[in-house]
Amino acid sequence: MSLMLVFAAVLAIGAVAFFVGRQRALVQDDGKVKPHSRAHYHGWWAFLLATMPALLLLIVWGVGSNVYLQEHIKSQLPMQTADSPIASEKLAASLTTSLANGLRRLDPQTAANPPASFAELQPQLAARGVALAPDTQDYMIPIAVDANRMQDRLSLIGAILILAVSIGGATLGVSHVQVRARARNNVEKLVLWGLLGASTIAILTTIGIILSLLFQTINFFERVPLTNFFFGTVWDPRFAAAGSGGSEGQFGLIPLLAGTLYIALVAMLVAVPVGLMSAVYMAEYASPRVRAVVKPALELLAGIPTIVYGIFALVTLGPFLRDLSAALAGGTGFIQAQSVFTAGLVMGVMLIPVVSSLSDDIITAVPRAMRDGSLGLGATRSETIKRVILPAALPGIVGAILLTASRAIGETMIVVLAAGVAANLTANPFEAMTTITVKIVNQLTGDLEFNSPQTLVAFALGITLFALTLVMNIFALYIVRKYREQYE
Amino acid sequence: MNIMTETALESAVNDKMNGTPNETIKMRGRKVCVFYGEKQALFDVDLDVRENQVTALIGPSGCGKSTFLRCLNRMNDTIDSARVAGKITLDDEDIYDPKIDVVELRARVGMVFQKPNPFPKSIFENVAYGPRIHGLARKKGDLDEIVETSLKKAGLFNEVKDRLHEPGTGLSGGQQQRLCIARAIAVSPEVILMDEPCSALDPIATARVEELIDELRQNYTIVIVTHSMQQAARVSQRTAMFHMGYLVEEGETDKMFTNPDDRRTQDYITGRFG
Repeated sequence: MSLMLVFAAVLAIGAVAFFVGRQRALVQDDGKVKPHSRAHYHGWWAFLLATMPALLLLIVWGVGSNVYLQEHIKSQLPMQTADSPIASEKLAASLTTSLANGLRRLDPQTAANPPASFAELQPQLAARGVALAPDTQDYMIPIAVDANRMQDRLSLIGAILILAVSIGGATLGVSHVQVRARARNNVEKLVLWGLLGASTIAILTTIGIILSLLFQTINFFERVPLTNFFFGTVWDPRFAAAGSGGSEGQFGLIPLLAGTLYIALVAMLVAVPVGLMSAVYMAEYASPRVRAVVKPALELLAGIPTIVYGIFALVTLGPFLRDLSAALAGGTGFIQAQSVFTAGLVMGVMLIPVVSSLSDDIITAVPRAMRDGSLGLGATRSETIKRVILPAALPGIVGAILLTASRAIGETMIVVLAAGVAANLTANPFEAMTTITVKIVNQLTGDLEFNSPQTLVAFALGITLFALTLVMNIFALYIVRKYREQYE
Repeated sequence: MNIMTETALESAVNDKMNGTPNETIKMRGRKVCVFYGEKQALFDVDLDVRENQVTALIGPSGCGKSTFLRCLNRMNDTIDSARVAGKITLDDEDIYDPKIDVVELRARVGMVFQKPNPFPKSIFENVAYGPRIHGLARKKGDLDEIVETSLKKAGLFNEVKDRLHEPGTGLSGGQQQRLCIARAIAVSPEVILMDEPCSALDPIATARVEELIDELRQNYTIVIVTHSMQQAARVSQRTAMFHMGYLVEEGETDKMFTNPDDRRTQDYITGRFG
């Protein structure tokens, strides 16, 4: 029985349990004793008892039987030695598994008794659209057939077990239905666990990301000293030439960090004033009709993929600025086509809606009483905004700016295209610099051996960036939260 | 609604009425109509505000008394859908005349709101806010003096003189409301509008504010909206009764509370209103 079918069956049993449980509760309510829970809670409780343990078993059984099957296949394979046609046991096992899966496509007759040699079997499989590696060995065929038989048996046992658990749960749930039974509390408790589970997933993922970065980073720092990475001012990872002892490159973080912060700074210089002013306009001046048009239009900017901004910077703005500077200065221009300025400018435009939409919410949250108080004293609108609303909203706006800054630091596609790849350490915004994100992309996408410092440095960079943005986000959230308490 | 015996009302009224009232008319409303979008909230209100007197606006919720109050310094302008028709004058100048600067008007006609709304700044900065934006202080010392005088007039100075630079939001509700009154006084307005200034305060703080209102009458013209009949009787010289957007009747407070012309006023002030 396939998993989907079992799943559907469990849900069907659950549905039946729901209706039976509800009906039972309705029948039991004779109007004399006030029922503890309303009928549908009894139905839901029966449904949950019928489905939840069964589905849990379904998952465990599915995973467990697969693992068991793999082990079974491995145990039957002959030992792989250096001169056997397949290099590793792992590879042999995976070939056998694909073969077993391939056999399932054939008609049951042939699948149970396939030809003994792979040379004969391959055309039949190919006719069914199954492509297998040519070095699949003859001895794997009986093992694959055996594995398929075993899998069928396992899934049948599983299906029977799961359905038994489901029916058992349903019976239990329905038998629980009593006038004073606390079905509502049980359901609420399960809902709570469900919600808790959902939020745990997010946290676990974060932890998983950190760990996956961390182990590779440790690996990296075993080869490259910490001082080289954190205090080095030269970024020159070189290529990992096989066997060459002196291939250690220079992995100085400083130029990348400087580039990252510099470009982020330029972006913020564009995004913060423009975004803030448009937020003030939207929150304080715009009539509802204008607001209804302008706000979504501005937020549309946030929906443009950053790679598109990158293309715009690369093919339009960069060359334009270079030509413009050439025209201004005469001869060669002082703005390079790829530069901090170009990347920052485009990134700033990208961040405008982020700043404006966050600040707009914060400004709108300033109580109307503040505005009235100021206007009632004869202050003009702009005086009110400057002296009352913005100061009141300031902590929130600072939080919004920090959140935006961490986006600027983590931004990748725009800088990959617009900032250049040269790890310069310069104060001139019109020259190319590069960022941490750009280097992560470069080091990971090159034709490099994975297990070399040249690749592993990407993880060290990644975790640095992660730490940087994490600290900024925590700080921003702290400020925003502090601000929220102010009007309570 | 507050139930009050007529004798109690009478004595409260008699306590307040002494001396001959000044009969100069400071503000004059003629055929004032206000619309919020399609809905008309105020119908042809004719009401005068006399100088150096306290005029109380009473009436059930939604009767238009706050709306009328907000017309007097054009605070309704800040509501997008609101539209005002008719004529309102301040010292015989039409305040809705396009030539009138609304900022100047609001400096002359100050406002205190229902809920104390100090700015999230220090006590000093709250009071100094108005003088600063209107440039009333020439020298640095001037500003200190204005703040001190305003706080004294609002009866708050002794309580806060040691913590002028602490946030105004840290004061108690009654102190906050007096701070807002000090803030309004600091720009030397001629008229002060008060929109249920005591509704968020406890009885003791209310008594302080009411005393203050009576003192302020010497120098300012005051219009107060209130839901409390006792308060209207205690602090005002003239009372105007609103109902369903219409001005029902208007007159001297003692007459309004002892012998009103209109049946609805009678019912409302004695708490029989349906």
